[in-house]
Amino acid sequence: MIFSLKNCLLKNYLPKNSLSKNKSVIFGLFTFSLLFSTISSAQEDKTSQEVLKQKSDILIQLKNELQKLQQLQQSYQDKINQLEERLVQAEQAIDSTQDDVSDTQDELETLAIDVSQQGNQKAANTFNPGIGMILNGRWLSYSDDFEYKLPGYFPTEESGPGEQGAQLGESELNLNANVDDKFYASVTLAFGDGVEVEEAYIQTINLDHGINVKAGQFFSGIGYLSGKHSHSDDFANRPLPYEAFLGGGFGDVGLQTTWLAPTELFWESGIELYRGDSFPTSGASNSGNGVWTAFSHLGGDITDAQSWRFGLSYLHADVENRETEEGEVFTGTNKLLIADFVYKWSPDGNRGEQEFKLQGEYFNVNENGFFSGVDNELTNASFERNQSGWYLEGVYRFARQWRVGVRTSALSSDNLSVQFNGTLLDNFGYSPEQHSLMLDWTNSEFSRIRLQVDHNNFDDEQESIWILQYIAAFGAHGAHSF
Amino acid sequence: MNFQSKRLNKRFVFFRVFVGIFVSTLLISLPVFANINVFTCEPEWKSLVQELGGDKVKVFSATTGLQDPHQVQARPSLISKMRNADLLVCSGTDLEIGWLPLLLRRASNSNIVVNKPGYFLAAEHVRLLGLPKVIDRSQGDVHAAGNPHVHTDPKNIRLIAKALVKRMKMIDPANADYYQQQTDNFLTRWKKAVKKWKKQVKLLKGAKIIVQHASWDYLLNFAKLEQVATIENKPGIPVSSGHLHSLVRQFKHNSADVIIHAAYQNERSSTWLQKRTGIKSITLPFTIGGTENVTDLFSLYDETFRLLSDAVLTENINQSSSNN
Repeated sequence: MIFSLKNCLLKNYLPKNSLSKNKSVIFGLFTFSLLFSTISSAQEDKTSQEVLKQKSDILIQLKNELQKLQQLQQSYQDKINQLEERLVQAEQAIDSTQDDVSDTQDELETLAIDVSQQGNQKAANTFNPGIGMILNGRWLSYSDDFEYKLPGYFPTEESGPGEQGAQLGESELNLNANVDDKFYASVTLAFGDGVEVEEAYIQTINLDHGINVKAGQFFSGIGYLSGKHSHSDDFANRPLPYEAFLGGGFGDVGLQTTWLAPTELFWESGIELYRGDSFPTSGASNSGNGVWTAFSHLGGDITDAQSWRFGLSYLHADVENRETEEGEVFTGTNKLLIADFVYKWSPDGNRGEQEFKLQGEYFNVNENGFFSGVDNELTNASFERNQSGWYLEGVYRFARQWRVGVRTSALSSDNLSVQFNGTLLDNFGYSPEQHSLMLDWTNSEFSRIRLQVDHNNFDDEQESIWILQYIAAFGAHGAHSF
Repeated sequence: MNFQSKRLNKRFVFFRVFVGIFVSTLLISLPVFANINVFTCEPEWKSLVQELGGDKVKVFSATTGLQDPHQVQARPSLISKMRNADLLVCSGTDLEIGWLPLLLRRASNSNIVVNKPGYFLAAEHVRLLGLPKVIDRSQGDVHAAGNPHVHTDPKNIRLIAKALVKRMKMIDPANADYYQQQTDNFLTRWKKAVKKWKKQVKLLKGAKIIVQHASWDYLLNFAKLEQVATIENKPGIPVSSGHLHSLVRQFKHNSADVIIHAAYQNERSSTWLQKRTGIKSITLPFTIGGTENVTDLFSLYDETFRLLSDAVLTENINQSSSNN
């Protein structure tokens, strides 16, 4: 349509009377060419538009497909999420089932334990009472002319190192158990030349308020070593003041009450009343209430590595006709004061490999009464005198099984008037001393072998005593007392 | 007048400050109010009681992580602590036989005697391992009732906590809800931790362990480790050189993964064996305070399994690389 119009227009513009034929031919050619060119360009326009349209179609298709893909991805994501959620739920379910199972297991186990423990308790009862045996043998060596005599002090039954050569020593049998909910009982028999009751007592266990009552025959709580059995000592024998003033240690039939204060610091006090049959008393004077004592101990830890205890004790004895083997007799009062301390150190408080122990006691004795000598050389001669004694010992565990120890003990006494010269009470100006050195090997908690040498300096004659000792414990587990 | 009142005012301010300081000092110095006084024999139980009792308990431990619980003496401070205790928590099965009965007798405290709620032995609440076939002291100081070191299995802690809180509720019923809440909270955290440790020890399963002392039965059982030898073959008796040499012969070719001993034990024999056999020897904390970074039950097992994993896994890598 456009092209025909163009032609018409062109025709209308042409002058009616044409100038020349040539001109009209050129014009015609021009018009044709123009026309042709117009037609051809119109044809090109048509094809490019189609391509565009096709391209956009493809684009749209691609877009659609992308959208579809995206949708697909979304749905997969959703499915994955759902699956994950289900997985978590499943895991939680498993967890809770496991918890249930473990709870049930716990309960079952508790039941099973209850049952098995009942069995154990029955088994434990077969060890009731605790029965423990201690063997304490020794071999002694000293010169034949040595006589164990402390000048100026009353000899006691137990004093002295014992005979030369091999000795069975004292074997101890201990039986102990809780009697019922209120009492504990313990019996210790000593087998030496015969059988002797060392301890036989009952003790309260549930009195509360820190109160403990003990009745029967037992070792006194005075001092540090007195309450202990000799097999737990660090040396083969007791230091001189124990030998001279307590016959090795004070034990008698009596009653003890102790009270433990409700303080952070350890503070324990006690009073005792005894019959008064054993050294330093005799004769159960004062209607069988011959001895009373009082003591107080303080103690605590300084750090994890260090602990200590300090004590003050007093023993008052009424003595009635205490007679020595030779026949000397003493009647009167014997007042004894003891101050004791013990300090222990081990690295971090771990005692197994290394431990140091320092221990000492000071004794002061006042004797006041009447003395009768042998063969009536003196009869009921009145006297009063003070005696004192002390010892200090250090024991060091330098390896798990090995310990070494040193100990020094000494005694001194007042001089009496001339009438006692040459009697048992005469100290001849001597102050006895003893220096001891020991080395022991502890295989396990239950056995120990010890070598000890004592250097005695009692009077003019000095003497060394060698002691080889074994201690073995079997049966019930012993107590680790401080 | 005005001047004087100002001065008075100033003095009043001083007075108030002084009273404030005094009262706050008093408050600080006042002891923390605790409803239950607890005496524990070993630090692991102190830690557990603290978890279950929170600020309603005052806890004391008779031993530290660096002390051998077999060897303790009934020292004065322990007697005093036990006198004032409402609850006693110990391992039991004769671990404390040398000192606990003596302490109980000396303390004369009826709250904490056998069959009372205040007398709690952890070993009574778990399945015991290491029951000796023969009870004879030629085999050393054997624990006739079974191995007392029950805390080395973290699963046992759960059982013990459940039993212990019952006692705490009986002793202090006014705070029963509080103790239960603390326990529930602890057990939830504990469960999570046990799961973590289980995952951790899966890698160690079947590892061959030489122990210095038979303290680890429960740990080995938890982690499924294999105890191939005990250095201290007779408990309480130092190892003989004969036994050590036989261990060297045994492990020169047939190697084990690691030698373990507790922090409180002397490592001499372990390191000796390490030198002769090339098997790595490590110190495990054993209980709270055994090593410095172990301050509670959680860090105890974290550290124990970390040390074990480090030793066993690096050991394996070394072995495989040397094989190549």
